[in-house]
Amino acid sequence: MTTPGEEAPVTSDFVRSYVITGGRDLPSSEELALHTLVTLAPGRTLPLGAGPEVKAIWELCAGGYLSVAEVAGHLGLPVGVARLLLTDLSEQGHLLRRAEPPRAQNVDRATLEKVLNGLQSLIG
Amino acid sequence: MDSNPSSAETAQKSIYVSSEVTNAAKILVVGHFAVGKTTLIGSLSEITPLRTEEKMTQASVHVDDLRGVTDKTTTTVALDFGRLTLSDDLVLYLFGTPGQQRFMQLWEDMARGALGALLLVDPARLEETFPVIDLVERYGLEYAIAVNCFDPAATYSEAEVREALDLLPDTPVVYCDARDQQSSAMALIALVRHLLERAA
Ligand SMILES: Nc1nc2c(ncn2[C@@H]2O[C@H](COP(=O)(O)OP(=O)(O)O)[C@@H](O)[C@H]2O)c(=O)[nH]1
Ligand SMILES: [Mg+2]
Repeated sequence: MTTPGEEAPVTSDFVRSYVITGGRDLPSSEELALHTLVTLAPGRTLPLGAGPEVKAIWELCAGGYLSVAEVAGHLGLPVGVARLLLTDLSEQGHLLRRAEPPRAQNVDRATLEKVLNGLQSLIG
Repeated sequence: MDSNPSSAETAQKSIYVSSEVTNAAKILVVGHFAVGKTTLIGSLSEITPLRTEEKMTQASVHVDDLRGVTDKTTTTVALDFGRLTLSDDLVLYLFGTPGQQRFMQLWEDMARGALGALLLVDPARLEETFPVIDLVERYGLEYAIAVNCFDPAATYSEAEVREALDLLPDTPVVYCDARDQQSSAMALIALVRHLLERAA
């Protein structure tokens, strides 16, 4: 395990990622940001031939909403790999998502005010 | 949905975002190594802070590259994050991001859709903050400075910090103890107030 912010040499994990993704380029964060909330859509059937990582995502996401980053964190997958597998599931109609797709300039007053109020309620 | 959840499933429920939540916001916690990012996220997060990795060579994972796996430029960086439910329908994610210039891919990913950045500063190592300020500004992120005082005996005035870091007059500077939840929340409040002013 690497310490946050530190570099680690490439390990067998690197090769593992390659196998999971089939060597495909990883998608950009435009569609699924780190904080986009996702869950499994109701009444879906696990795709035939789903690999162990897709199965694990399927089971995890069946329980409720989590952010893309949390899915990666809980399953010990690199963010890019988790995003690729989630993008596949989303394109196949298996995923629901919350939180609007991120905009380049995110200056939404209503959200900022909610964040401010929420933080203020933390301090006594 | 399983009509008869096992106890394991029941226990697992606590990891999920509450079902009423419809919106997620993101704030970055940035700063050089060992400045207190992980500590601050940990003191605010309602979930055990999670850690994940981002590949630094995302777009170039091809067979040929596998032969060069010892290449020192092919690295991963760990990032950690926490979550805070702030109202019935809103959660806030805090992402700790290292400041190194070479982690551009990661920064792009982090900055996308972020409200702004809390920039942690150790006043005893001000020079290590310059590259972080460069990155934050390059990505157009609004930010506030939180001076994390490791040595309570050493005092640095706000004016000294401002001058050393060459800050704009309206950039907030607050003092915090990243180990303390209230103090960390107050630093974020200073940032969000600043964001509201800029959004006006
Ligand atoms: N005295 C003191 N120590 C701190 C404070 N914040 C963090 N630390 C310690 O400094 C070290 C580095 O902090 P960490 O959060 O891991 O830094 P990061 O690399 O920015 O994530 C840890 O041992 C922390 O316990 C603080 O406000 N005061
Ligand atoms: Mg850290």
